[in-house]
Amino acid sequence: MRRVTSPTDSTPAPTQAPVLRVRGVTKSFHGNVVLRDADLDLLPGQVLGLVGENGAGKSTLMKVLAGVHAPTSGTVELDGSEVTFGHPVQAQRAGISTVFQEFNLLGERTVAENVWLGREPRRRGLVDVAAMVRDTTALLEDLGVTGLDASRRVRSLSVAEQQIVEIAKATSLDARVIQMDEPTAALADHEVALLYSIIRTLTGRGVAIVYVSHRLKEIFDLCDVVTVLKDGAQVATEPIAALDEGRLVRLMVGRTLDAFFPDPLEGTAPGETRLELRGAGNGYVDGVDLTLRAGEIVGVAGLQGSGRTELLEAVFGVTPLTRGEMTLAGRKVRPRSPRQAVRAGIALITEDRKATGLALNQSILDNTLGVVRAVFPRRTGGVRRDVPRLLSTLAVSARALSQEVRLLSGGNQQKVVLARWLATDPAVVLMDEPTRGVDVGAKYSIYEVMRRLAADGKAVLMVSSELPEVIGMSDRILVMRDGRLAGELPPTSSEEDVLALATGVRAGEQVAS
Amino acid sequence: MRSSRITSTTIVYGVLLLVVVAAALITAGQGRNFFSTGNLDNILTATTILGLIAIGQTLVILVGSLDLSVPYVVSLASVVGGGIMAGQAGGIVPALLVTLLLCGVIGAVNGAIVAGLHVHGFIATLGTGLVLSGYLGSTYQGSSGLAAFEFRLLDATRIGPVPLAFLLMLGCAGLAVLVLRRTRLGHHLYAVGGNAEVARMSGLRTAVPVVVAHTTCSVMSGLAGLVLLARLGVGQPTVGSQGGYDLMSIAAVVLGGTLLAGGKGNIAGTLAGVAIFAVLDNAMGVMELNPFLKDVVRGVVIVVAVAVYARRELDRRPARFDRPPAADPGTTKPPGSATPAGTTDKTLEASR
Repeated sequence: MRRVTSPTDSTPAPTQAPVLRVRGVTKSFHGNVVLRDADLDLLPGQVLGLVGENGAGKSTLMKVLAGVHAPTSGTVELDGSEVTFGHPVQAQRAGISTVFQEFNLLGERTVAENVWLGREPRRRGLVDVAAMVRDTTALLEDLGVTGLDASRRVRSLSVAEQQIVEIAKATSLDARVIQMDEPTAALADHEVALLYSIIRTLTGRGVAIVYVSHRLKEIFDLCDVVTVLKDGAQVATEPIAALDEGRLVRLMVGRTLDAFFPDPLEGTAPGETRLELRGAGNGYVDGVDLTLRAGEIVGVAGLQGSGRTELLEAVFGVTPLTRGEMTLAGRKVRPRSPRQAVRAGIALITEDRKATGLALNQSILDNTLGVVRAVFPRRTGGVRRDVPRLLSTLAVSARALSQEVRLLSGGNQQKVVLARWLATDPAVVLMDEPTRGVDVGAKYSIYEVMRRLAADGKAVLMVSSELPEVIGMSDRILVMRDGRLAGELPPTSSEEDVLALATGVRAGEQVAS
Repeated sequence: MRSSRITSTTIVYGVLLLVVVAAALITAGQGRNFFSTGNLDNILTATTILGLIAIGQTLVILVGSLDLSVPYVVSLASVVGGGIMAGQAGGIVPALLVTLLLCGVIGAVNGAIVAGLHVHGFIATLGTGLVLSGYLGSTYQGSSGLAAFEFRLLDATRIGPVPLAFLLMLGCAGLAVLVLRRTRLGHHLYAVGGNAEVARMSGLRTAVPVVVAHTTCSVMSGLAGLVLLARLGVGQPTVGSQGGYDLMSIAAVVLGGTLLAGGKGNIAGTLAGVAIFAVLDNAMGVMELNPFLKDVVRGVVIVVAVAVYARRELDRRPARFDRPPAADPGTTKPPGSATPAGTTDKTLEASR
């Protein structure tokens, strides 16, 4: 795939007035500033790329413009007049529509019903279903989409088609600004091409696009201007012609390492192989070869949707492997369920502790014993006696073992998740975003726990979106892209190296396919 | 997984057909005619009461709630209607108005508790149902009130072979279908039941469909109570709970293919669900089956039906690697997977 530079067809005349003007928008949550002094100018027909690492403030800025969050300070002007939104619907009516990664669609309703929800056309007091379908078909055809039946149920559509429905909904609202959050994260290549053409149709009509993506190639393909956010601050806003990939990556990552990581404990050395995958795959990952040894911490990096979580879920039997081989301590296994995986000595710390990690309204003790009780009931007594020691080594601060987990801080909750799994004495520990949503102090102690696990001869496979964490903690770094392992990097790699491999762009090394 | 899937309504009507055929064979085996006017009349009459209630219950379930208070509303309507009517033809209109208004108020309260106080319908209507049950038990001992002769014609009249009350039920069903398919209210009812957050983000007032659905359900239950009053001639404070209309109506709705969680389903399915129960009961009556065994059959039917739907509903993320190309693993390269130098090149594994 060649890079398409200078999308001249959509470059607007310089004399135009901006459709959207953002000045000094700042947003803080509980005194925590997550977005500081953002300024944007968006001309009609322009595509603005919004890039930055996780936590850089992109989503916050989008949500402010979408009317989900009210800015703490700063102004948003639409066509020269200041606007404030108390509700997403107000933003939509004013002309800013947003296509979030989580679609706002009703699966059991048709395409037309979704597009016109809340604004159903009526004739003689009754909803005019025929007109609804007709108008939707026309909207879709205007976007250059054919073959998407407006009376199909949304549930039966592919992700790409659902995204098109969202875009059609935005155009039906006469949106002059459409924000897209990682629109290609779940799309196949030919679908990306269709999205590109839809975006060009929209800009041709003077619609301005705010395009959030991690994929630099897309930024260079589509955008006229790029705004880079880092740690909540606007680092740069430059026309695309003034940027190259290397410079963009440097702008995104080159930060001072404010997090620090404990060194490996003394005597930690890679031992025998604990987990081995050969050509492993299922519906979500494919052709995975990896070796994980005792005493090792291996990081898995990759973009959102690159299959990192799915890899862990495959190993853990959530979505069992259907191809290839999996070996655990020299024994061929293929867990068909989490239960089998736990019995085989695997633990999975999931990325969403509130949804899948903990029973929030149960006590610390019950949560800690949860997995052991379920899978190794005969060990429960012994483990129970050991719980206080386990929790104190993890430095869980709580009033009592009987305290409900939902009352704990995020960091302490995460430590209880760790305790719950370490109580099963696993040989292989899979961690998905182990420090998401925890404070710096708890982060450090979770890192220490990981080091201690390695020293005890456990094998740790850690998925993380935070590149400093991956680089700071891992003995080796595996990078995933599009459901496959894109490669392996040494721990001395830079964030640029990891990002380049994860996005698949690096000037000079690109292979045309 | 494209558009040409068999809808659950098709399945329900298929099952109904099977049940009718089986019932006809069983009845014939007993030396009687299933399709005799008398027997069909029996079935249609049996369908009427549960049908009225189940139509209301369909709306409530579609919007994502439940109504367990229906049996007590049915009983209340029968005694209140009979009390006001007091056997006089002149009392019919006031009795209808007051009774249905009262039922509407009860439904509106149910809806307000569900939408305003965020109490799940299961609990909210369990509560209001208990209140009504206590009121009925403490106020009425035995049957009370009397239907006017003219009002009893509602149950006794036949238009051709079809009972008038059955036509009333069908009329209500038609109206409900129209509301669901062709009014904004109906569309919003599906939207709130499907995903209240999506509905809210689309600018809907999510409380409105909930309150309307509950109000309609109670009014329909009141109507069912009045039909029972016409049938029995007197109001009975236990007629609703004896019918077990709460769970039977929910069962009929779910049997009809409506998702218990809301957002998906239709009236046509519900009517088929009601009809399946009526035909089963009829056939089992002909067989002179032990009444407890009848419940066993009903129970099995409900569980099997819902299990079948659950299998169909199994929903997964779309797979990225649908079916790995079986041919030529050496040359198949995923499109667009640029492989930077210095990394291991992975090719697609052949399907095993």
